[in-house]
Amino acid sequence: MRPMPGKTLYDKIWDAHVVAQDGQDGQDGEAILYIDLHLIHEVTSPQAFAGLRANHRKVRRPDRTLAVADHNIPTEGQGLGVGAVADEEARTQLQMLEANVADAGIKFFPMGDVRNGIVHVVGPEQGRTQPGMTIVCGDSHTSTHGAFGALAHGIGTSEVEHVLATQTLRQTKSRNMRVTIDGAPAPGVGAKDFALAVIGAIGTAGGTGYVIEYAGEAVRALSMEGRMTLCNLTIEGGARAGLVAPDETTYEYLKGRPAAPKGGAWEMALAYWKSFFSDPDAVFDREIRIDAADIAPLVTWGTSPEDVIPVTAGVPSPEAYENPDKRASAERSLDYMGLEAGQPIASAKIDVVFIGSCTNSRIEDLRVAAKIAAKALEAGRKVAPGVRAMVVPGSGLVKAQAEAEGLDEVFRAAGFDWREPGCSMCLAMNPDKLNPGERCASTSNRNFEGRQGRAGRTHLMSPAMAAAAAIAGRIADVRDFL
Amino acid sequence: MQPFTRLDAQIAPLPLANIDTDQIIPKQFLKTVEREGLAKGLFYDLRFDGEGRERPEFVLNRPEYKGAGVLVAGDNFGCGSSREHAPWALMDFGIRCVISTSFADIFNNNCFQNGLLPVVLKPDEVRQLMEEAKGGNHLVTVDLESQTVVSPSGAKFHFEIDPRRKAKMLNGLDAIGETLQAADAIDVYEMKRALAQPWLEDA
Repeated sequence: MRPMPGKTLYDKIWDAHVVAQDGQDGQDGEAILYIDLHLIHEVTSPQAFAGLRANHRKVRRPDRTLAVADHNIPTEGQGLGVGAVADEEARTQLQMLEANVADAGIKFFPMGDVRNGIVHVVGPEQGRTQPGMTIVCGDSHTSTHGAFGALAHGIGTSEVEHVLATQTLRQTKSRNMRVTIDGAPAPGVGAKDFALAVIGAIGTAGGTGYVIEYAGEAVRALSMEGRMTLCNLTIEGGARAGLVAPDETTYEYLKGRPAAPKGGAWEMALAYWKSFFSDPDAVFDREIRIDAADIAPLVTWGTSPEDVIPVTAGVPSPEAYENPDKRASAERSLDYMGLEAGQPIASAKIDVVFIGSCTNSRIEDLRVAAKIAAKALEAGRKVAPGVRAMVVPGSGLVKAQAEAEGLDEVFRAAGFDWREPGCSMCLAMNPDKLNPGERCASTSNRNFEGRQGRAGRTHLMSPAMAAAAAIAGRIADVRDFL
Repeated sequence: MQPFTRLDAQIAPLPLANIDTDQIIPKQFLKTVEREGLAKGLFYDLRFDGEGRERPEFVLNRPEYKGAGVLVAGDNFGCGSSREHAPWALMDFGIRCVISTSFADIFNNNCFQNGLLPVVLKPDEVRQLMEEAKGGNHLVTVDLESQTVVSPSGAKFHFEIDPRRKAKMLNGLDAIGETLQAADAIDVYEMKRALAQPWLEDA
């Protein structure tokens, strides 16, 4: 008899959560998968609660659900409360969330609460996100939580309703991909560059149908914040979920957090978490290898996250694309972005800098950006004239931590606007948006047309690169600012 | 969910790759608390200019494509945000089927929750449909039972679909009701979990 091949981390989490399975061989069809943690927010939940009410259904596990207000909240004046939110539609959504969670008995951090913030910052920060879990949220960047070795992905509103009613999700199993990043990155290169390099290598549809596990010494060396950035951007490569196996870095981060197990339960949980890793003989359907030393600081030039180039490169020509649809998209992108083929990307002047979003708004991101700002201040430089630069911490707790470290003082002194937490200009559902034609150096996750405001132009990059761009007034190589 | 059986409709070509859900329905339309009425926001920045005037050259604004029920689009349709408002807006506009070489995972799932049929065809088949859709006659038939698309010229293309998803789509079945039939299995799973992972019970 042939021995069974080993299991991947994804296989193990999947197997641990199957409640029931269609088909006889356990492979075909959908499984009913138990969900350990359901995160909800104001934008993708109202229709789900309405559906429950229409069908006289209840929320099955309010204790395994956590709600925040993040997508459309303003980033100033939060202390005035929801009643003071000027946008009537946004206010209605926020009030509806408050009513829905109160009715269902769901734990909620309202706008203005120090624990509130971007859902993918809050879950980990509270210790709610734990290894081996299944985690879903009506938001595609739920992949972030995979940094803890949890199977986490975005779902639509009908599925939000399904999870509220049943605490399960009907799923078909994805295939396994492993991205191994070995070696050590050069100074000025970090997790955001790793993620953009992966998307550039596989394309925005390269991960469709897969769950990606990130491995290799460069991934192991990342902090939890860095791993969250890497997993966060997994969806931009088409894979719904990214994973990093839990290790000492993970446990160190979790220990002592409000929802982390305590005392004897901690030891019990730790033993359980340590069972989540890919077996040495596990087989992956696809393997990608990248050497961290080969990665330069990266920036996007177009309107898809796969449009990635080193900051030292020129804008590519649409002629380089063989696929006619892609060539047409590239031509459209250049026109939309107001760029010309061949022009050095570092020559592009910027109007706005946005440091924030579920990709890059954690304390480490703010420290890296503040360091660039502090260095510029020492040299007598500030945010370039005419550039509007904003820093939006990911949560009230990140903001408080940054203020305790004096980062807000550095940012303010250097000419950055220090804001209150939320999704903000990443998707511009609140008042923070680009004006038509404005060019933005952004630490967010999507450079789609109109994403940060109608006709706005987004260049994705790391927090260090965004801070450097703010000082230079154009896209700049962070290595000149170290 | 609306059942999907067979559709005879006009097909409109959108020959761009990576059409993301932000393009399908921009953020300003996500502040609704309803599922209905989203047609007004569909492809908003493609359909209208900065002053809110119709762009006459955009395919869905052209008189010959008014009332189109099928879209044929480039690779990786529906990538990006998980917003279910994308299939809601397409359906509200009258689109019941999208044909492409591939769909993003979350969008694909959302389609099956709503009776919007995503059809994956081979690259040369999509190219042929795209060309025919640009011509004078652009009436297609999409038949879910036989898993075929018949092009305006009469070419017949077969597509694959998961048999369980097909059955649900044909009958317009409610997934929650189906899952609740397994409520006992969920109870048992929760009891076992409470014993094995007690720290998750008092969070």
